[in-house]
Amino acid sequence: MVASPYLPAPRYARWRKWKSIAVTGALVACALAVIAPLFLVIFFLVARGYSSLDWNFFTQLPKPTGEIGGGMANAIVGTVTLLAMAAAIGVPIGVFGGIYLAEYGSDRANNWIRFAADVLNGVPSIVWGMVVYLFLVVPFKGFSAYAGGVALGLMMVPLVMRTTEEVLVLVPQSYREAALALGITRWKVIVVIVVRTALKGIATGVIVALARIAGETAPLLFTAFGNSFWSHNLKEPISALPLQIFAYAISAYDDWHRQAWAGALVLMALILALNITVRVLSRDRKIAP
Amino acid sequence: MSTLPETARASATEPIRASATPATAPTAGVPVEAEEIAFDVRNFNMWYGPRQALIDVTIRIAARKVTAIIGPSGCGKSTFIRALNRMHDMTPGTRLEGSVKHFGEDLYGPGVEASVVRRHVGMVFQKSNPFPTMSIADNVLVGLRLNGVRDRAVLQARLEESLRMAALWDEVKDILNRPGTSLSGGQQQRLCIARSLAVQPETLLMDEPCSALDPIATAKIEELIQTLREQFTVVIVTHNMQQAARCSDRTAFFYLGRLVEFGDTRDIFTSPKNPQTEAYVSGRFG
Repeated sequence: MVASPYLPAPRYARWRKWKSIAVTGALVACALAVIAPLFLVIFFLVARGYSSLDWNFFTQLPKPTGEIGGGMANAIVGTVTLLAMAAAIGVPIGVFGGIYLAEYGSDRANNWIRFAADVLNGVPSIVWGMVVYLFLVVPFKGFSAYAGGVALGLMMVPLVMRTTEEVLVLVPQSYREAALALGITRWKVIVVIVVRTALKGIATGVIVALARIAGETAPLLFTAFGNSFWSHNLKEPISALPLQIFAYAISAYDDWHRQAWAGALVLMALILALNITVRVLSRDRKIAP
Repeated sequence: MSTLPETARASATEPIRASATPATAPTAGVPVEAEEIAFDVRNFNMWYGPRQALIDVTIRIAARKVTAIIGPSGCGKSTFIRALNRMHDMTPGTRLEGSVKHFGEDLYGPGVEASVVRRHVGMVFQKSNPFPTMSIADNVLVGLRLNGVRDRAVLQARLEESLRMAALWDEVKDILNRPGTSLSGGQQQRLCIARSLAVQPETLLMDEPCSALDPIATAKIEELIQTLREQFTVVIVTHNMQQAARCSDRTAFFYLGRLVEFGDTRDIFTSPKNPQTEAYVSGRFG
């Protein structure tokens, strides 16, 4: 039999086959190591939290330990309230800032703004809480939902700003030129043509930022503070899921621990839902024709 | 409803008398009759940063004629027509000298707004670029709507009129609500022409409008240019010399930022006066 010149010499063939299997195996193992924590988290949350999830959990206030029932209704509403307030602050400032970076501004100034935004993105969340404590809690002599919303909103600003800029820059220059050539003024070109073309991308950035801050605990510790009851007024402390989880998790009571697991499951489900929304939104994100 | 073009045309009649004096530009080989001038460009220089892209260009482009701008890549032809509707305003670092008048109005005069200039001088680009978020109808009407036209009857009339002028109406009249990007390349380019015509400019600039199209789509656009010249002044930049020869009345040859020769298309292609023009149109360089 004549050996084909395209085949390796037999003594190398087996060694190469083993090398190939070993390297492929290592890569698969690393890939699994990346996604395994996600499944572990979901597994433990469901295993520990699911049994405590009932109708009461979504409709009742927390009860003292030992009492049957009780839930986190106020914390769920609180988290949604805080997210809405954060969006009210973070979305306009972030989006307009992103528009400025992408459409106006000199290269020099923009470099500084981008640098500042990137540094802000890296500021530890507890620092945001401290800053807001100093400027909103101390002067007004009390923890409040407002302070919590502002802390989360400020965290959103650099995130939203950078993603807005990124998607606006992706809008081809030819659309801007085509619109300008119709005698449309520059701000209308930006609002009606450029921003509208990139709207899905901007929405995606906003939701990613919301998902990022939804689980934040540290900035709320000394701003929103937490509340075991309904808060009727945004000037009062307000509860939030991460705060309630934190309070229950460090307690000494088994029934509170179970509630904390259930709360964590709900929070995780909320963040997962936000991320799935992002996937759906960006699935057919098509900017160029 | 927009009455801008009418008023502009009215005011444009004045300078015609003024421009009846013979052209003195040494490069102009065009017979000087009492024809209406769309663009009167004098001693125009332009720089991108330190690099000079246009050098002392003086040219008078006739109204309701097709003027082709030819020349090798980098010769300044696109730079030149983009100066005719102030598209360079967007590019930082550009500087210009000299004057550009459109029907007697100084386009770069003090207080003249670029957006108003562009309503009078439309532009079609090399790559068709209908807005991806808009239907065919919205694409045509966006210029009018954003310039404040609200009257539905006017919009409807202008939609059909513009699409008919762009020879696209019969192909799209039943699918006006489909996205503009769903059309074929040639149809998209005619949609862009319709979009430009809808704001009723006097002049249409075309920057290599056919270079991304197949021969059949190109033929349609060229045919369309022939009908457009009855109402509009057309200035077309092209890399394709056959196209310039086929569809233009006048041809200007640019080389290294200068206007080398300008005259009747037939003369430029059969008996050019300048040896560089001759070399380029006969295909020996470029």
